[in-house]
Amino acid sequence: MERSRSCAISVNELTKVYGSLRAVDRISFCVHEGEIFGFLGPNGAGKTTTVRMLVGLTNITSGRALICGHDVVKEYKVVKRLIGVVPDVSNLYLELTSYQNLMFSAKMYGVPRGVREERVKELLKFFGLWRFKDTKFKNLSKGLKRRLTIASALVHNPKVLFLDEPTSGLDVMSRRILWRQLKELNRQGVTIFLTTHNVYEAFHISDRIAIINKGKIVAIGTPEELSRKFSTQEVIEVAFQPSNPELNDLLEHIKGALDIRRVGDHIEIVPLDKASVIENVAKYARLRGLEISMLRLRSADAEELFLKIVGEAK
Amino acid sequence: MIDELTKSFYIAMKDFREYYMKPGALSWGLLFPFVFALAFMIRRGGLTEWLAPGMIALALFFGSTSMSAMSIVFERRFGSFERLMLYPINYTTIALGKTLSSFLMGIVSIVPVFILTTAVLRITPAHPILLTLATILATFESSTFGVLLSFMVKDPTQVMVVFNLVRFPMMFLADVIVPVSLMPHYILPVVLLQPLTYSAEVVRFGYEGSYDILPPEISFTLTFVIGVLFLILAGYIIKRSKP
Ligand SMILES: Nc1ncnc2c1ncn2[C@@H]1O[C@H](COP(=O)(O)OP(=O)(O)O)[C@@H](O)[C@H]1O
Ligand SMILES: [Mg+2]
Repeated sequence: MERSRSCAISVNELTKVYGSLRAVDRISFCVHEGEIFGFLGPNGAGKTTTVRMLVGLTNITSGRALICGHDVVKEYKVVKRLIGVVPDVSNLYLELTSYQNLMFSAKMYGVPRGVREERVKELLKFFGLWRFKDTKFKNLSKGLKRRLTIASALVHNPKVLFLDEPTSGLDVMSRRILWRQLKELNRQGVTIFLTTHNVYEAFHISDRIAIINKGKIVAIGTPEELSRKFSTQEVIEVAFQPSNPELNDLLEHIKGALDIRRVGDHIEIVPLDKASVIENVAKYARLRGLEISMLRLRSADAEELFLKIVGEAK
Repeated sequence: MIDELTKSFYIAMKDFREYYMKPGALSWGLLFPFVFALAFMIRRGGLTEWLAPGMIALALFFGSTSMSAMSIVFERRFGSFERLMLYPINYTTIALGKTLSSFLMGIVSIVPVFILTTAVLRITPAHPILLTLATILATFESSTFGVLLSFMVKDPTQVMVVFNLVRFPMMFLADVIVPVSLMPHYILPVVLLQPLTYSAEVVRFGYEGSYDILPPEISFTLTFVIGVLFLILAGYIIKRSKP
């Protein structure tokens, strides 16, 4: 296990088993102090389960995790003071106002009476919620609910902030605002662990990214490292004459493809194995009596990269 | 210790503020016992001295358990219950917080019934101080019972139905509205097996200075012990509820 002092979160062989399902399978990683760490993976990959184990909401099957050097199981009370947690749903109390919700959180975290109010005001202002301080939680918009849920995880000035899919379901505008706020928090010294299934988000905001699929970490590194590592990766663009075939029919015949989709007047194929895809495209055209009117390669963007990385783990 | 107590108090105040006006708590907790007592007063030959403490016991029972139902079943369904597990507190503190909010609602529910029996019917308690203590103990025990029961129910839309399926038989079997002396002997073990019996007994003793089933020392002790046991059990269930 990486035990250097700079590991804000240090995870060793962490595993969660549900019946016969290994939801999280012996993952290990270290999140450095002051980092924004992106935990990227498709739905059902084990992101939420990982976060829940780290913050003490789900029992750990085996393995170990330390936060700022403290065991998350044995020293759970110490750990809970050090972390802030934003769950995947905004779950504050519906009938309480923004102000009341934050005050309740502050009291429960043991924020001293003298500073409580000041801290709550500060957070309401930071998140642009001051106007809504007397609005009940149930009457806030989705984006504002999300922000207040984040604010309530910060009342006690945690060292590490966990966010489970913080921007999922938000519109572009709210998403950008949130990114800016998270960056600002990080600049103030908060270590951030954020899960997402959105590749762009992970690459856009993280200092480092771990990619998880089916409970296993399949790649880890800075966005640049990950891009470089998979830079040989390309996308095949192809068009057929007289017309492009059904995608389902293509999917059945093109082996070695991670993804096939229609883009404008051509078809894009993300290959796992470039050579066999090109071979298969040629065979397919002959089989269906089609002519290939265009065939070219271009390099992949982050999203396609992700598919490739996730695909390799299968 | 003080810190944990303070935090359970914060939970209680939060719960009370959020749920006391909710239809479930209001109708089954506050209105039902009052209307029930009123119905007895108007019909059935009036609210007798024997029935008055029963009505008080009924009010604190329905009041407290209705609050537990709201504050636990709903929060568990909508995910906010788990927030409590993020704070640096013990599981028993969470259970105590939920118990205290139920307790508050139980006490509130007694008020109209008490006014009815005391002011309108002029039934005065024999031992006011003992009655106060009895009420506190009984409400505490009812509250922990409600908290425990709440962890058995998943679906908030069914919660009052399930609760009433449990509460109504209890009401009839706890010497609250039907004297045990009028029941067949073989019912007695059932009566003794349920917590409401003891809380009804202590309230009855505070009111009448006499008892129906058990001497006051025993029923007071049992009410307290059952309450504490249920509380500890609730803390354990919360801990075990983690996936
Ligand atoms: N409480 C649970 N009981 C059984 N299986 C679960 C439970 N929670 C999650 N899972 C399963 O574990 C896997 C990982 O889920 P999750 O961690 O929620 O994924 P993600 O957050 O990446 O979408 C999924 O297959 C999910 O069905
Ligand atoms: Mg998830």
